[in-house]
Amino acid sequence: MANAKKKLIVSDEVAIQIENMNKWYGSFHVLKDINLTVYRGERIVVCGPSGSGKSTLIRCVNALEEHQEGKITVDGTHLSSDLKNIDAIRSEVGMCFQHFNLFPHLSILENCTLAPIWVRKIPKKEAEETAMHFLEKVKIPEQADKYPGQLSGGQQQRVAIARSLCMQPRIMLFDEPTSALDPEMIKEVLDTMIELAEEGMTMICVTHEMGFARQVANRVIFMDAGQIVEQNEPEQFFNNPQSERTQLFLSQILGH
Amino acid sequence: MTDVSYVRTEMLEEKAPPVSQAGIIKWLRDNMFSNIPNSILSIVALWAIYYVLSDVLPWAFQSSWNANSLNECRSAIAAVYGEGASGACWSVIHDRFLQLIFGFYPSELYWRPVVAFLLMFVAIAPVLFDGLPKKMLRFTMIYPFLAFWLLWGGSLWFPLMIIAGFALGYLAFGVVSKMTSSLVGMIAAVLVPILWWLFLSGDVATMLQSIIPLSIESVASDKFGGFMLSITIGVIGISLSLPIGIVLALGRQSDLMIVKVICVGFIEFIRGVPLITLLFVASTLLNYFMPPGTNFDLILRVIIMVTLFASAYMAEVIRGGLAALPKGQYEGADSLGLDFWQSTRLVIMPQALKISIPNIVSSFIGLFKDTTLVSIIGLLDPIGLSTNIRANMEWNGVIWELYGFIALVFWLFCFSMSRYSMYLERKLQTGH
Repeated sequence: MANAKKKLIVSDEVAIQIENMNKWYGSFHVLKDINLTVYRGERIVVCGPSGSGKSTLIRCVNALEEHQEGKITVDGTHLSSDLKNIDAIRSEVGMCFQHFNLFPHLSILENCTLAPIWVRKIPKKEAEETAMHFLEKVKIPEQADKYPGQLSGGQQQRVAIARSLCMQPRIMLFDEPTSALDPEMIKEVLDTMIELAEEGMTMICVTHEMGFARQVANRVIFMDAGQIVEQNEPEQFFNNPQSERTQLFLSQILGH
Repeated sequence: MTDVSYVRTEMLEEKAPPVSQAGIIKWLRDNMFSNIPNSILSIVALWAIYYVLSDVLPWAFQSSWNANSLNECRSAIAAVYGEGASGACWSVIHDRFLQLIFGFYPSELYWRPVVAFLLMFVAIAPVLFDGLPKKMLRFTMIYPFLAFWLLWGGSLWFPLMIIAGFALGYLAFGVVSKMTSSLVGMIAAVLVPILWWLFLSGDVATMLQSIIPLSIESVASDKFGGFMLSITIGVIGISLSLPIGIVLALGRQSDLMIVKVICVGFIEFIRGVPLITLLFVASTLLNYFMPPGTNFDLILRVIIMVTLFASAYMAEVIRGGLAALPKGQYEGADSLGLDFWQSTRLVIMPQALKISIPNIVSSFIGLFKDTTLVSIIGLLDPIGLSTNIRANMEWNGVIWELYGFIALVFWLFCFSMSRYSMYLERKLQTGH
């Protein structure tokens, strides 16, 4: 396992830089003074109790949530309120959601080709070829003509991953991708994510799958009450947690 | 101990089910007489149907088709079915059929509304059914101008100048948005055509008409009537209220304060006022606001009011569809980098409209039936005509036959809209 991880290359090129970021929902301070630098090729797992702000953190990276203070730079582009910048960043950053958010009125293939055709202006035929390539990669090319409502949860999440990949993103964000799935479907989604990690994709995953964190992540971040409490290599993080809050959290989720 | 082993040597043939499990007897048992309360209800319902039909059917069929007045009708029925028999006097429909359809449109020009009506089906077919060549949509785009020209007649240059206005707007958008920003381009795209229509198009049309005369006999609006009028108002209202409603619904959700206030104000004002009030405003008040001497066509004014009224309702129906969409759909579209208009057009609207189909079609049906209200401001739609027909000595006293016929025609249109909406819902079904 440790060997598998060493094969993954982390460069010192910065992919995402978050400096002194603060966010409020009304008067509620959700994210407090977040500082985080993600290097290209890193696989980061963010965990923490619910309400700790971990989803909000990654949703700030592609501006699905607006932050009020601080600076976020994605791939060298500064994330401001300028819509053009936001759209540019979103087309470089793929995102998978807990509830997949596939478009139910479009077929699987159309889901995958929509953004390449309209945002990247790629000819339809070429976009379809790319889409089929990625659908093969997530192992469901035979479902291309079906609609999302006809697929199982695990298949839908894999389609969602393929849909993001069709935009050829340089960074992938995963917001609890397996939380809405039946246990037997979790594995097929995690396998897809592991494969993606092995190819060197920069990933930030909010997840409770600690096995996945051990196997794939090169850094685990623990958040509580809107702050980054602890971050470390998975080995160290799981075997030798430093803060009391982390120890408590780990004992609760690994306890049984 | 007995031997339990058994081997079948011949297979059994299929037999017909017992009488109680097939055909009409099973159906009756399942659907009408499944238990005692149901049986009682069935019998009562059958009796009620019989009671109504036993009166209506003889009336409808002991009828006279060729009389010239109500009295002739009555004596014809009495002669055939005996003194005191009551029968329908369908002669009034026969006698006034063309008037009920065309109003006072000149009879030698009937072909024009008929052609316009038939071409309407060609124009809406590619919108209603996919699988037809996309090129047909081009005809759909020019159809409104063609239909206008066919119905009202006059110089062909006039509708052409209106089309030219749209072309100018498109050009202005292309040129200006390239030079400055797309917002300025959009403003130019609205302003240029309006200026063109207000100040230039009339003169240019007159000039072109004097060089190359291209005109057919023009028909004044007060000649319009009957179902032709209802359909004209209804179809224009329906086809304009949907896009205006979409724009209003989007405006109501907008983050731009001014846009939002204008849309909410418009919707709440129009919805809070009875349509008949708006129609009175159209027929009487509006002229006071116009510069003296302007002759603003009454039918056009009515169409504008009906359209505005229907759009306000449409906006709320579509807002309901928008509200029913999960937030994840917006986020999914955003996360892929689609901009606002792309995500609205490709992801949000198709789903919101699909959810709203039953309500949209209800609004359409309501609008089409509301066109009969124009009779109150003196337009001769079928209801207005029926009042006029009954004011005539010959047909004084004919009520059921006229209203029945009008109801039947309206029902046919509304029922086909309703059937189409069910077809559309089935077609767009993409779940399990």
